[in-house]
Amino acid sequence: MTAAQFLRSDLRFIGELVPTGSRVLDLGCGSGDLLAYLRDERDCTVRGVELSAPDIATAIGRGISVVQDDLDRGLAGFADGSFDIVILSQTLQIVRNPALVLREMLRVGRRAVLSFPNFGNWRVRGYLAFRGRMPVSRSIPYSWYDTPNIHHTTLKDFRDFVSANGGVILRELPLAANSSGVGVHPVRFVPNLRAELAVAVVTRADDVAP
Amino acid sequence: MAAKNDSPGSFSLPGGHTLLSGQRLESIEVAFETFGKLDAQGSNAVLIFHALSGDSHVANGPDVTGRPRDGWWADLVGPGRAIDTTRYFVVCANVIGGCSGTTGPGSIDPATGASYGTRFPLVTIEDMADIQAALLDSLGIARLLAVVGGSMGGMQALAFAQRFPDRCASVLAIATTWRLGAQAIAFNEVGRTAILGDPAFLGGDYYGSGQPESGLAIARMIGHITYLSDDSMREKFGRRLREREGHAFEFVSEFEVESYLAYQGRKFVERFDANTYLYMTKAMDYFDLSAGFPDLVDAVRGIDARFLVLSFSSDWLFPTYQARELVDALQAAGSEVSFAEIESPYGHDAFLLEPAEQTRFIAPFLASVYADGRDTRGDDAR
Repeated sequence: MTAAQFLRSDLRFIGELVPTGSRVLDLGCGSGDLLAYLRDERDCTVRGVELSAPDIATAIGRGISVVQDDLDRGLAGFADGSFDIVILSQTLQIVRNPALVLREMLRVGRRAVLSFPNFGNWRVRGYLAFRGRMPVSRSIPYSWYDTPNIHHTTLKDFRDFVSANGGVILRELPLAANSSGVGVHPVRFVPNLRAELAVAVVTRADDVAP
Repeated sequence: MAAKNDSPGSFSLPGGHTLLSGQRLESIEVAFETFGKLDAQGSNAVLIFHALSGDSHVANGPDVTGRPRDGWWADLVGPGRAIDTTRYFVVCANVIGGCSGTTGPGSIDPATGASYGTRFPLVTIEDMADIQAALLDSLGIARLLAVVGGSMGGMQALAFAQRFPDRCASVLAIATTWRLGAQAIAFNEVGRTAILGDPAFLGGDYYGSGQPESGLAIARMIGHITYLSDDSMREKFGRRLREREGHAFEFVSEFEVESYLAYQGRKFVERFDANTYLYMTKAMDYFDLSAGFPDLVDAVRGIDARFLVLSFSSDWLFPTYQARELVDALQAAGSEVSFAEIESPYGHDAFLLEPAEQTRFIAPFLASVYADGRDTRGDDAR
């Protein structure tokens, strides 16, 4: 199983978190795999934002509307509350300004769904502790000097990050690879140590306040 | 079906036409060409609008005069190209006010028997769209698969979609804007001033005496500077001298860039009418897609079409920020819009010089809109 396949296995869990008929915006949508699934299988209205020209072209060919933009510039083109769900899968660790991106997701969407690799995973910790080197693993498969991942986080750090930016986590789904090596499964016991990645559903704190 | 395939044609607008200004033209001829075949459902028609100096000859083949000639967008329109004429039926017409077969300032005014000159009414981008809609009526095309245009052609595509929202399934707006900024208007005004100030202009009544070549050539030279970029000029010309080792110490053409501009000016004068240049630039200056609406979002709200907006990174005449304003407004209005900024060193000219990068987006976009249309038609049939 390749790293890319492993990383995208979070998409299935994200897909299941999206209610049928939702208006969905996927940030860093790639060639539109998740959006095509949500449109075709869950009757969603979908839009994407992506940087890569070849990915945009592929998504367009699947009938998905995608605009080229850099998430670090915010989501100025999108009106407040114009989506039910805004998705950021495996991209939080890549952006320069994760706080801006989260606040913008919560502005344009009623719910934000984020997935990210867990730097608190025991293998990552062990790699650094015992080898004394920057961790390289299935979920973080890059050398430190050649990685798009510039903002690593753990499950615990993510919780602080969300509340510091006006959000509330409605649901947290820690995930680990199956022993077969194919797919992922939810982790319930000591998730910050055992999860290799996580999916979280976040909403604005003022939305859930009494 | 009135439409002829792969053959130039001319169409007389029945009963004249009232322009946006309120002025009337009693007699309008429209020169147009078609490429490919209209399918049985009439659902594969693509209307391409030309830019400032273009004409109806968008793809290769015989032009309106019957002479075989390269089309101005042949890299993108033709068999197997992004706008594949073996799949789509392409229509392209010379705009009202033009000088390549459609009624314009150089045409004879039936009321006087002489050329209109500057007595020709000012035409707008909206008028260009309206008259091409009338042409579609005559061809029996109720609804287009796509309206497509670059630069001034993109303005017409946007205007067409706004004025006839039910007549196009998609809009491809390339290297264009929803309204010109002050900088682009400024360059247009310099070009017009050069023409109007040429002693040969004679108030626009120069058709018997020869056109204001010097003024029109200067206008074209300025135009070409705005179509290039610092990068492309450095690469294309640098400071190289043309056919000489040292400086002449005379006021003669010495640098490569000088002889390029002089050549472009000369070539343009042979094929283009100075009055048309005045009318086209004025129409572009006037165009504002948001005119008559509270804002741009309201202006595009009624357009139920899929949009593909493309800009070029080094285009400073129709800059990316203006394309983004349009894209943002379309998003805010809930439209289906795709957008990409194509990396290119070629400035505004990139829409003519970067076929591969445009094809990357245009081909799958059109194919997907066409497939959607087939699905919808299937539903209707059931």
